[in-house]
Amino acid sequence: MRLKGGALLFLLLAFLLIIAACSGDGGANTDTSDNDGDAGNEEASDDDPATDAEAAGDQVLVFARGGDSESLDPGSTTDGESSRVTQQVLEGLLEFDKESFDLTPGLAHDWEVSEDGLTYTFFLEEGVTFHDGTDFNAEAVKVNFERWADPEHEYAFTDDGYVYSMYGTMFGGFAGDDGHVIEEINVVNDHEIEFVLNQPLGFFLQNLGMSYFAITSPAALEEHGAAINENPVGTGPFKFVSWSKDDSIVLDKFEDYRMDGLPKLDRVIFEVIPDNAARLIALKSGEIDIMDGLNPDDAAGVDADEGLELLTRSENNFGYVGFNTQKEPFDQVEVRQAINHAIDKQAIADALYAGYATTAKNPLPPGYLGYNDEVEEYAYDPDRARELLAEAGFEDGLDIELWTMPVARPYMPDPETVSQIVQNNLAEVGVNATIVREEWAPYLEKTLQGEHQLFILGWSGTNGDPDYFLSSLLHGSNVGSSNRNFYQNDEVDELLDSAKRAIDQDERADLYAQAQALISEDSPMVTLVHSTPVMATTTKVVNYVPHPSTSESLKEVELSN
Amino acid sequence: MFSYILRRLLMLIPVLIGMTLITFSIVHLIPGNPAQVILGETATANAITELEESMGLNEPYFVQYGHYLMDLTQGDLGTSLRSKAEISKEIWPYIAATFELTLFAMIFAVVVGVNAGIISAWKQNSWFDFLAMMVALIGVSMPIFWLALMEQWIFAQELGWLPAYGRQDSRDPIASITHFYVLDSLIHLDFSRALTILKHLILPSIALGTIPMAIIARMTRSSMLEVMKSDYIRTVRAKGSGQFLVIYKHALKNAIIPVLTVIGLQTGVLLGGAILTETIFSWPGIGRYVYEAISYRDYPVIQSGILVIAFIFVLINLAVDILYKKIDPRIKY
Repeated sequence: MRLKGGALLFLLLAFLLIIAACSGDGGANTDTSDNDGDAGNEEASDDDPATDAEAAGDQVLVFARGGDSESLDPGSTTDGESSRVTQQVLEGLLEFDKESFDLTPGLAHDWEVSEDGLTYTFFLEEGVTFHDGTDFNAEAVKVNFERWADPEHEYAFTDDGYVYSMYGTMFGGFAGDDGHVIEEINVVNDHEIEFVLNQPLGFFLQNLGMSYFAITSPAALEEHGAAINENPVGTGPFKFVSWSKDDSIVLDKFEDYRMDGLPKLDRVIFEVIPDNAARLIALKSGEIDIMDGLNPDDAAGVDADEGLELLTRSENNFGYVGFNTQKEPFDQVEVRQAINHAIDKQAIADALYAGYATTAKNPLPPGYLGYNDEVEEYAYDPDRARELLAEAGFEDGLDIELWTMPVARPYMPDPETVSQIVQNNLAEVGVNATIVREEWAPYLEKTLQGEHQLFILGWSGTNGDPDYFLSSLLHGSNVGSSNRNFYQNDEVDELLDSAKRAIDQDERADLYAQAQALISEDSPMVTLVHSTPVMATTTKVVNYVPHPSTSESLKEVELSN
Repeated sequence: MFSYILRRLLMLIPVLIGMTLITFSIVHLIPGNPAQVILGETATANAITELEESMGLNEPYFVQYGHYLMDLTQGDLGTSLRSKAEISKEIWPYIAATFELTLFAMIFAVVVGVNAGIISAWKQNSWFDFLAMMVALIGVSMPIFWLALMEQWIFAQELGWLPAYGRQDSRDPIASITHFYVLDSLIHLDFSRALTILKHLILPSIALGTIPMAIIARMTRSSMLEVMKSDYIRTVRAKGSGQFLVIYKHALKNAIIPVLTVIGLQTGVLLGGAILTETIFSWPGIGRYVYEAISYRDYPVIQSGILVIAFIFVLINLAVDILYKKIDPRIKY
């Protein structure tokens, strides 16, 4: 028996070894070199001559989040977990300010807009190199934009499933489409590039600040081909080292970064810890330094903990209860206004977000260009709601369907509970709501086709421009696309159109403010709350500022001891 | 014996074809267009159509299934929609992670479970018996996620003895060769890392191994009690053998056979990926791989992932059947 046992064990080990041997080079890059004590060794393997005594390991930051990145090629993804990482590796022509969507210089230190708003000239930083050692220049910018715009481009990798949907959304389609705004891109010289548009686009510059439009090294596109999504090469403060899927992404300091003294960290590691509670435990036990996605209910505990710091992101989204404004009974404005008075937004903010949310009166987050603070919020007033319903001829109440979304979103962490609160609120004013549940994809499809009466959804910003909220959700031309309220008001459409075409930002602000006033009057949706996502860091983390877009640069972050 | 193994392997083929058919149908019966799910609520109609085309989803189901089978016969598990990488390459680190965790969980389950069962049978109705069976009962009924969170809370947060998540110290990662990190660290003769990696294995192994441990302990006890009553044990005793030898040498050999079935089945189940344990301990195993694919509607990964899991399950069962014969020469195939 003993002998046989030994033989079995041997067989098992042999089996394991064979599988191990078969695996070969499987999986993602794992060239994470040893760094116990011999940082010089690691640096020497790079083509980087700057091998000082600086040990990798001094300033190593671990950032934990709930899910893995989808792709590290920023242009071909719309995933926030991806741009959180690519933001460190690649840079765009412009950048957003630390805490807002105000624009600051990126790879372009200066820019000019022609009088007619059709020609944009960018003056690029000189002496900047990509992580692979090649030069950053105007040609590189052109290659990247053409790659996104033209599905036939040699680096578009269309056959490998690459789709540049963010480009399509933000620049009105792709090369050859009617709405595509970029007519041509001219390289004036190595450090000057000109974009010629065929129609003015009020948020053109705003788009360029998005992390999705960051510049990849053309040499790397050539070298890695369709595997560029696992081998990002940019000009950013950190260079890509390795990615082990659903586990961790390792980035190292780029010694030749264009800004002196930055980045301060030697290494950044993005870890995936799917469970919120486990992530918090890892933070408390010091295994990680920053955690994203804190439960609002845990915020008080974190605040009280001396070793931890509680941070909030500014609001960049809102959740809403939308009406199908072309369907009975919500085609009557009085009914819509009545529902707006009937729902207790503050109760929702308190119950679901532990107070880390503000009630919303506009379909636009505060702080955005043209946010209209003059708009009067629909107060929670069941009596007024009953009056309005009576005016509309529903003094005996009415029966409706309330559709509720099946997945949690940052703007709606618990849609089921929200729908129950709304149902109760409506019952108080004599509206009997039946909750309808659908799977996520059919939910989105059916609400697009207008099968619903009342529905729950939300919206998150990306480029920090009001157009992305107001036009997408409420412009008449987006009925059947993203306007699930089927809201159509010619006056509003006209305001939104002029604002989209205007170049002067003050003029745009004014137009958007007018549009919000009209929208509030029409009440096509009950804007519920803007959530302010909470996160936590250890007190060792210095200079970390959460950005409303959810991707912030870590170049100025450092660890104190 | 070999003809038996060969027959069993041939029987695998219809089983696997059946599996492909089932996984393919289930995946395509999930309501909703994957392109819509991937792009979310901000998707425009154009973007959806474009993505559908690039994913080949606009083709009829049977054409998609045909493509899938053709690729499979060439050893091509397909390409992930999410990562755009080949699944046959991408899946390996996940399998290795699950294997490593399962191995340690089963070592824990078998060593503790079998011994607890034996001692309980030996000292039937003693305080140890009651205690062990009580623990086993709690063990089978306890929700894994709760046990896992309690472990993390006590051993990672409060005591700080063991790490709360992951396979290794993320600040000091190992240069992996096989993706079995314990093996890797031994190849590098890097014992300090090996120790860290083993530490990372303790909590998830206990969480994952608790249910099998409890089942094995109960099974061993009842099987042992039965064998202890048989005539040959009385004969062995009559020969004057000590109690320890009687139990561990003579009785265990017969008592272990039904236990082996349970061990085999449980190993198969654990290798199928323990989504809860893998999620709470951030263990990048095969369960998480398939789970993430489901939420993303990554059809090829769901199909191939389940296929690989089924394949491993069948293999483990085959291995158990072969083991029977090793232990009990009376069994004939």
